[in-house]
Amino acid sequence: MILNLSESSQSIVKVIRCIVCPTGCEIQAKKNPKGQISFEGYTCERGLEYAEQEFYEPKRILTTTMRVENGLLPLIPVRSDKPILKDKLKDVLKEIAKIKIKAPIQMGDVLIENILELGANVIASRNLIKIS
Amino acid sequence: MKQYNADVIVIGSGAAGLAAAIEVKKANLSVLVIERDKELGGITLQCIHNGFGLKEFEEELTGPEYIQRFINQIKELEIPYILNTMVIEISNDKKLYAVNNEDGLIEIKAKAIILAMGCRERTRGAINIPGFRPAGIYTAGQAQRFVNIEGYLPGNTFVILGSGDIGMIMARRLTWEGCKVKAVVEILPYVSGLLRNQVQCLEDYDIPLITSYTVTKIHGRDRVKGVTISKVDRNFDRIIGSDKFIECDTLLLSVGLIPENELTLNAGAELSKNGGPVVDNNLETTIAGIFTCGNVLQVHDLVDLVSAEAKRAGQNAVEYVKNRYDKKSSKKEIIKCLSGENVNYVKPDRINKRDLSKDIIFTLRVNYPDRRVLIQLKDNNNNLIYKRKKIYVIPSEMVELIVNLEKNGIDPKCKSINIEVIPRPEVLIEEE
Repeated sequence: MILNLSESSQSIVKVIRCIVCPTGCEIQAKKNPKGQISFEGYTCERGLEYAEQEFYEPKRILTTTMRVENGLLPLIPVRSDKPILKDKLKDVLKEIAKIKIKAPIQMGDVLIENILELGANVIASRNLIKIS
Repeated sequence: MKQYNADVIVIGSGAAGLAAAIEVKKANLSVLVIERDKELGGITLQCIHNGFGLKEFEEELTGPEYIQRFINQIKELEIPYILNTMVIEISNDKKLYAVNNEDGLIEIKAKAIILAMGCRERTRGAINIPGFRPAGIYTAGQAQRFVNIEGYLPGNTFVILGSGDIGMIMARRLTWEGCKVKAVVEILPYVSGLLRNQVQCLEDYDIPLITSYTVTKIHGRDRVKGVTISKVDRNFDRIIGSDKFIECDTLLLSVGLIPENELTLNAGAELSKNGGPVVDNNLETTIAGIFTCGNVLQVHDLVDLVSAEAKRAGQNAVEYVKNRYDKKSSKKEIIKCLSGENVNYVKPDRINKRDLSKDIIFTLRVNYPDRRVLIQLKDNNNNLIYKRKKIYVIPSEMVELIVNLEKNGIDPKCKSINIEVIPRPEVLIEEE
C-alpha cells in the first residue's frame, strides 16, 4: 500500500461508531490543517450519511408512551415520525407526558403535530381499542 | 366441552405465530391461533423502541408497528384466533387441551401443530445471587411490560445486570422516564447485545457499562437498598477484594432467556442442548406434524429473522398436511448436525436425506468472539463439504448459512456433519 502523506497531517476530532448495520464500523471524523472535516472508515454510503449527521447534528427517533383514557390499555406507544435533535429529546418527553388522549386510536394517527416546532409529529405506534 | 377443529393450530400469537398462521391461510388451509394474553402480538408489543422491520418491510418500525402489520393481515385474511386461552396439554394424536375463563376446558383437533410460544426470562433463582429477598428485583422484560404497557415505574434508581439488548434498552427507557440508572453490569468481558444499543442506549446517556463484573449480593430487607458487585476471573469466579457497593432501590436482571418448553416436552418432542426443540431442516420436531419457530426454537437477534423462520414453518406445516398427513410415516433417514469448535449450537439438529438436493438454512451461534474466521462443514469421515470466510463472529449475532449439500458434493451415506468456526489459516489471511 502506498502511504498518502497528506493523511498524516490530519487529526482525528471524533470517532463515531456506526450503528446503521451490525458491522459497526468505526468512522473517524478528521480535520486537516485548513479546518476541513473529512470522514474515514465507513464502508457504505449509509455509513457516511450517518457519520455526517452524527457529527454535525445528531438526531434520534423518539419512542415513548402517552397516557390514554378509555383504552384497552392505560398507555399507547408513540414515536416521532422524523428524527429529533438529540438535545431536545428531554423537552419533547416532558411535553408528551403532559398529554392524555382518548381511545380509539389507529396506528399512524398524529397525536401531537409539529411538537415544540421541531418539525416532527408524534404518531401512534399501534391501534388501541376503546373499552366501555 | 367446547371443541375446535383446524388443519393447523398455532400456539402463540407473537411475531412467530402470526407469520406462520398467515402462510398457512395463504395456502388455503384452515388455521387457528391460540393466545394466552388478552390481545394478539406477544412480546413485540412491549418493545416500543424502533429498529424493527428493516429486512421484512425495508423500513424502520417500532415493535408495535411491526406486529400491527401482521395483526392487520390476520384480520384481513379472517384468520380465527382465541385470546385469554392457555394450552395445557398436547396429546400424541395431536389433540390439544386448552383452558379459559369463559369456556373452561376446550378440546382442539389438528392435523399439524406449530409451536410458537417464545421464551421466558431467567430469574434471580437461575443465577443464585446471595442476599435477602426484598421487593425491587425484576427481570428486564417484566419491567419493560410495567413501564410500556401497564404504566407503572418499578423503582427510582436502578442497577441492571446483563448487557443484553433488553437490559440496555430498558436503561434508556428508564432514563427517559426520569429514573436514574447507576450502571449496567456485565459478567462477560464484552457487551452481550447489539452495538447500536450500546451506543444509543448507554453511551448517549453516560450510563456506565461495567464488564467482567457481576452482582454478588443484594442488600435491603423490605426493599432493595443496593447491590455489591465484584470483578470475576476467566472462570466467572469472584475475585476477592474487588467488591464495590452501588446504592439503588431496584435491580433488573437481563440474564438470558429460556424457551417455553413445557408443551414441547408434553407433546413428546426431544429437546436439544441449546434448550429448544430438536428440529430437522423443515423445522419439524421429532414428532411428525409438529413444527416450531421463533424464540421457542432459538433466541433470535431480530424479529425480522423470526418472521422469516416462521414463514418456513408455516409452509412446511402446509406441505405436511397436504402430502404426508394421511400417509404412513416411513422411517426418516437423517444426517445429524453437530457443533464443533467455537459453535455453541447449530440449527437444524438433523437433515433429512431426502432433502439433500434442497438449500438448507443453518443458523448457529459461537461461544466467544473471534476475527477472521473460517466456517467449515465436514462430514464424519472428515471430508470438507463447505467453507466460508467471515470477518468477525460474536455470540450475540446469529450466523446464517445457506448451503446446498448435494451441490457441494456431500457423501449421502455420511452419518453426521460437524460445523466449526476456526481461526483462518495464515495463507488465507494473506489472500485478502
